[in-house]
Amino acid sequence: MNTFDFLLQGLLVAAQPMNLLYALIGVTLGTAVGVLPGIGPALTVALLLPVTYKLDPGGSLIMFAGIYYGGMYGGSTTSILLNTPGESSSIVTALEGNKMARAGRGGPALATAAIGSFVAGLIATVALAFIAPFVVKLALVFGPREYFALMVLAFVTVSSAFGDSTLRGLTSLFIGFALAIIGIDQLTGQTRMSFGVPDLLDGIEVTTLAVAMFAIGESLYIAAQGDLGPDKVEAVKGSVWMNRQDWARSWKAWLRGTAIGFPIGAMPAGGAEIGTFLSYATEKRLTKHPEEFGNGAIEGVAGPEAANNASAAGTLVPLLTLGLPTTATAAIMLAGFQQYGLQPGPLLFATNPQLVWGLIASLLIANFMLLVLNLPLVGLWVKLLTIPKPWLYAGILLFATLGTIGANPSVFELGMLLAFGVLGYVMRIFGYPIAPVVVGLILGPLAEQQLRRALSISQGDVTVLFTSPVAAVLLVIAAAALIIPLILRARGRGEVLAQLAASED
Amino acid sequence: MSKGHTPSTETRRPDRAALVIAVFLAALGGLIFWDASRLASMGGYSGIGPATIPFVIAGGLLILAVWTVFEALRGDFPARDRQQFGPVVWIVGGLAAQMLLLKILGFSIATGLLFAATAAAFGKRKLWMTIPIGIALCLAVWLVFAGLLQLSLPAGPLEHLFW
Repeated sequence: MNTFDFLLQGLLVAAQPMNLLYALIGVTLGTAVGVLPGIGPALTVALLLPVTYKLDPGGSLIMFAGIYYGGMYGGSTTSILLNTPGESSSIVTALEGNKMARAGRGGPALATAAIGSFVAGLIATVALAFIAPFVVKLALVFGPREYFALMVLAFVTVSSAFGDSTLRGLTSLFIGFALAIIGIDQLTGQTRMSFGVPDLLDGIEVTTLAVAMFAIGESLYIAAQGDLGPDKVEAVKGSVWMNRQDWARSWKAWLRGTAIGFPIGAMPAGGAEIGTFLSYATEKRLTKHPEEFGNGAIEGVAGPEAANNASAAGTLVPLLTLGLPTTATAAIMLAGFQQYGLQPGPLLFATNPQLVWGLIASLLIANFMLLVLNLPLVGLWVKLLTIPKPWLYAGILLFATLGTIGANPSVFELGMLLAFGVLGYVMRIFGYPIAPVVVGLILGPLAEQQLRRALSISQGDVTVLFTSPVAAVLLVIAAAALIIPLILRARGRGEVLAQLAASED
Repeated sequence: MSKGHTPSTETRRPDRAALVIAVFLAALGGLIFWDASRLASMGGYSGIGPATIPFVIAGGLLILAVWTVFEALRGDFPARDRQQFGPVVWIVGGLAAQMLLLKILGFSIATGLLFAATAAAFGKRKLWMTIPIGIALCLAVWLVFAGLLQLSLPAGPLEHLFW
């Protein structure tokens, strides 16, 4: 039997009425919980894992697939409307999408995210089925030094692509690094930066940091503007549908995002974040409307959102074929498998092809359901914006703390939430970008692990990092991405400063 | 902007707040350096140990601190909006109250207070109205998330009436 036969067989499994019902319940719950502020796909999946306990493995995993994809859709809606991503992979969507919503173009932003997610989910799920073995082989060629180089590239693009200052971008990134080393060192078991506090041994939760900096930092900043700030959250004017120009600007971004997101998700390192950030950087570079980036460019929503969903499908490649979770969401899904004594990996494809292919096929079906569920209901999500500010932000903080309390009901965790919230607020005042902090926290430990692995193999010889052609090319690109903006800013500085001085008089 | 020490239009006053940031970055770098120096002997045969990366990060933070000082002296930081600290105090106070009262009074009352404090920060100061609304809403959330979805949200006297 070839892949096509397996996929057809999987579709037959997934198309059984009960399994269709499970998928429908899954996507509905996933969207409903995922759309709540501060609750991203990972928390959605974690919250809804108990719902699936009572089902048989096949039905449970199918519902799970629906929750996973539903959480992704719902999460993007929240980021666009409320700028409170619960999951790091939605950060980029929040960057441009939220700006669009504020400019009264929340409808098209939601539509391009939903359709982009559908297109990407469809292509990526088919790709998962057909080229997974090939991608895995390709990804396995990458050694530690190539991964390290790839992460360095991501660090640089993230910190110098955002904001207007290399210094502030790098500072944010290094604050993220500083937070990342808190806890137990993964390779030696030594405690670092925990100062004997047991709560710090597990390190800083990425979700706690992201929720604190985005939800609480933003709420503080908005509140502190007082009467000088905008009076209310902008309601969406005009159509929630995309016009011809939106379509023209979106479809290439969807396909590019899919092409970027899927391979990166499929590689056994990093997660959906790198794909969304690289897609964002790509769209920013290729756009014909560079002036709109940072102010709500539709490509900046379409590309990363497609990359996000393509990555989510890509993440399943290492998870299903190697049993290797590369994101928090994937780790929770692994727990979902293990509750039935199933160990994802090459063996599972051989011993339980019906289950694996039923799961992959139900991802396709869930994707169709989500498009039907989301596009007509876009107007419902848009209504969230018309909630008066006091109630909206009170609700955001309610759900932001709910997520943290739900994950770890400790006073210490809430204290960290408060501290990072204040940090996020201060960084906002001074114009520091937030995303590099979160990226540094997630990717920092992974990069360290790869670097130390590479240097252990070479017995401490640093030159080994540059002797692999792939790693060398990636590092050269990273260096260029760091230095070129610096030179450009240094050259343009005089004019920029003059403008600043002029506007202050 | 006050007059700079040169007639050039590019000159601005040294930025005190940015200098404070530089001090913070340097202190953070120093803290990491101090913590990592405990582990410095654990290099192993490759010379790469748990302290290596912290040293690199500490060094990076120190460089960034110096860079920040330069930009602060040159006045390169962007202009900042005036901040009103009343609303900030409301929200921070609400979060602190929730944190401290969560275990004693349960999720609904503690989070209801946060809800009311946040609403107050945005102008709804009628606490006699917003606190009951907040507690009722949080109780509903508690019933859905802790009851139906079995999320572990701390229960207090109010929640025990229902569950």
